[in-house]
Amino acid sequence: MKLRLGVHRSLPGPEDINRAVLSNGITVLSRSNFNSPSVTISGYIHTGSLFDPDKKLGLADFTASALMRGTSKHTFDSLYNELESVGASLGFDSGLHTTSFHGRALAEDLSLLLHLLSETMRQPEFPKAEVEKLRHQLLTGLAVEMQDTSDMADITFDEILYRGHPYGRSEDGNPDTIKAITRADLVKFHQRTFGPRGMTVVVVGAVEPKATVDLVERVLGDWKNPDQPDEPSLPKLKLLEKTIKRHYKIAGKSQADIVIGTNGPRRKDDDYMAATLGNSVLGQFGMMGRIGESVREKSGLAYYAYSNISAGVGPGSWTISAGVNPANMDKVSELIIKELKRLIRVSVTREELADSQANFIGRLPLSLESNGGVASALLNIERYDLGLDYYRRYPDLVKAITPGDVLKVARKYIDLDRLVIATAGP
Amino acid sequence: MPKTYTKTTLSNGMTLLLKEIHSAPLISSWVWYRVGSRDEVPPLTGISHLVEHMQFKGTRKYPAALIDKAVARDGGTRNAFTFLDWTTYFETMPADKIDLALRLEADRMVNSLFETKEFSSERTVVISEREGNENEPMFLLGEAVQQAAFRVHSYHHEVIGDMADLKFVTRDDLYRHYRTYYVPNNAVMGIAGDFNTKEMLARLKELFGPLPAGPHPPRLSRPEPEQRGEQRVSVEGPGETAYLEVAYHFPSASHPDFIALSVLDSLLAGPTNLNMFGGGGISNKTSRLYRALVDNQFAVGLSGGSNATVDPFLYYLSLTVHPKRNPEEALIALDDEIRRVQDELVSKEEIRRAIKQARANFAYGTENITNQAFWLGYAEMFASYNWFETYLEKMLTVTPKDIQRVARAYLRPQTRVVGTYIPTGNGKAL
Repeated sequence: MKLRLGVHRSLPGPEDINRAVLSNGITVLSRSNFNSPSVTISGYIHTGSLFDPDKKLGLADFTASALMRGTSKHTFDSLYNELESVGASLGFDSGLHTTSFHGRALAEDLSLLLHLLSETMRQPEFPKAEVEKLRHQLLTGLAVEMQDTSDMADITFDEILYRGHPYGRSEDGNPDTIKAITRADLVKFHQRTFGPRGMTVVVVGAVEPKATVDLVERVLGDWKNPDQPDEPSLPKLKLLEKTIKRHYKIAGKSQADIVIGTNGPRRKDDDYMAATLGNSVLGQFGMMGRIGESVREKSGLAYYAYSNISAGVGPGSWTISAGVNPANMDKVSELIIKELKRLIRVSVTREELADSQANFIGRLPLSLESNGGVASALLNIERYDLGLDYYRRYPDLVKAITPGDVLKVARKYIDLDRLVIATAGP
Repeated sequence: MPKTYTKTTLSNGMTLLLKEIHSAPLISSWVWYRVGSRDEVPPLTGISHLVEHMQFKGTRKYPAALIDKAVARDGGTRNAFTFLDWTTYFETMPADKIDLALRLEADRMVNSLFETKEFSSERTVVISEREGNENEPMFLLGEAVQQAAFRVHSYHHEVIGDMADLKFVTRDDLYRHYRTYYVPNNAVMGIAGDFNTKEMLARLKELFGPLPAGPHPPRLSRPEPEQRGEQRVSVEGPGETAYLEVAYHFPSASHPDFIALSVLDSLLAGPTNLNMFGGGGISNKTSRLYRALVDNQFAVGLSGGSNATVDPFLYYLSLTVHPKRNPEEALIALDDEIRRVQDELVSKEEIRRAIKQARANFAYGTENITNQAFWLGYAEMFASYNWFETYLEKMLTVTPKDIQRVARAYLRPQTRVVGTYIPTGNGKAL
């Protein structure tokens, strides 16, 4: 085989990521990829469900969903007609801290996509009839979610782990709060919390980075909201005092879902990398790590059983999830807890850690081949101040972790007497 | 158009398609077998999918755990899929690591062990997979609709198979199925990425060439007689939400009408994304049926689409019914729209729009090496790679009259199955 280019050449770095900050506080990141005639935009603004009043849970999500229901220039139908006629897409999604957007188009239609992004964020009209239609769709979505064993096990888990903390509240709201939200609430929430400060826009694809920054400047550079509020500060999370077990009953289902877990690191914590490598050994690597080996490969008790670390701005979580026959819930819980015990009792072997380290480094080209993959990498860099050279430094960061680091971080977060065991099913 | 790929057949009958793409230091390799759920009869439904699972359980040379770890260590990804007409296995690896995947595939084409102990735990894994599916109202409804649509053809049952068969099929049944269908003369390999064709071809010949051809595997095909009259099925289950699924008999992917029907699908329900990886995302909010059904609040969501199959299969329209409506009202509104496309010619502009949507979807699909390699073999399963390469060209020839003709020919109530999911509420068991 012929000589390959070094891995470094294909990974994003300071000389091929174009970063600019506009005068109104918007950060623009762009990288070219001319292998396909398409382009992806991705980003976020600093509003989310942390701003939701308790009685109007789901307000941020409702507002984000309603942005595309009509603007000062477009009806719902004419807006989507512009997008769909050229095979483009655009959508918003609200989280705790941010409301994110994602779109793609043929590169020739980037300008259209950015204009519609700007218009929907800045000039939504929230037409009454459309708000009511959307309300029915959201209520149906909640009804479907309440029948989903996996969703409900996750929601139950969060309620227990984050009790008394804003992270324990449902971002989607509940039927009562969705019914209580008025059009005026949406208008007010939008006027108050939407603004350019802290906004990040990433553009990746068959475009020139400099021209892209100019285009974003032309479209979004004059956006202002002097009253844009700071994010509400997060209270300290109260740690569990003992293991709490809760079952959410959904009658008539043939499979139950289990989520067992505890607190995890924040993305910016120093031990984040050690935790994710430990998590890989526990329930990711190969066929879902040690958990997959125990629950699926050896015992045949589940089609899926894996672990996950969810780490963002605030306190994260470390979970193990499995979908099992209701009769096997206890047996699988025991197997999972046995693996947690092993992780905190004995350090992972050098070989196990080396496997996961090689996987983390080796998979970079695959995770960064598409525009969407690069866009999420650039968003991560910006959101968590990782530095434009992060993916170049990444192999060294991964290799620096030792089995001792993994043991330390596992012991820091996993306490077998303080677990959340959430299940949903019949 | 200059030839962008190489296609050849080894002396043992195995077909190879190679396409150089040097956009990223990656190679994706797919091996396809012409065997799927349509090659199964009771009490062995689901056996093709079970065999696919057992193909991850190792050979003497490559024990299961070793391979999983080796691929992951190299930063690769791999998976497999079983469908009505085919079963496929892929690995996408950093380019300098692809040899492992090639050796693995050549080995497990003939040397998988199917150990009894491994099978007994894998059986319950697949039973668990089916139980997970049964949690979903749309799976239960889809299964009932498919069974009603095919009385004779073996497209009758779901790929995962019936629970009764999953519980009793034996290791020897599986091994026989494996040995019958997993022969090089029943396999197609598609490989795309950062390689040199001449070198890669030599390596593939070295690895796959020595595998002996087997008897030509049988292909079960009992043509479905024309349906005479609308069929109705209903499924009851937990929840508060009703669903409606309408399935029309559709031609095979290689049929000349398939392209016009794809354009029609785009107009009615939004473009179907044919890519397995990395396409899609185009919404359908200005499709005719969305406007008629969702904007007018008969439904809260809608999707439509067909599959590219060897024999005639189905075109599905699936609706989440609005909480204030019943499925029958939604069906009446749907029928009004179907009639409109049969009675009035669509505009040329609508066809142009469908073509641009398809062009965008294909462009998104070319961002991934894995997806480009997927197409090489996938298209061969029901037509040829040329089918994919000329897809957009063929769309350009579709006229408003073609759309009207195929709408009249295929979207007839007499040849459809209408399925409803009737929710029995929360807290009530079946």
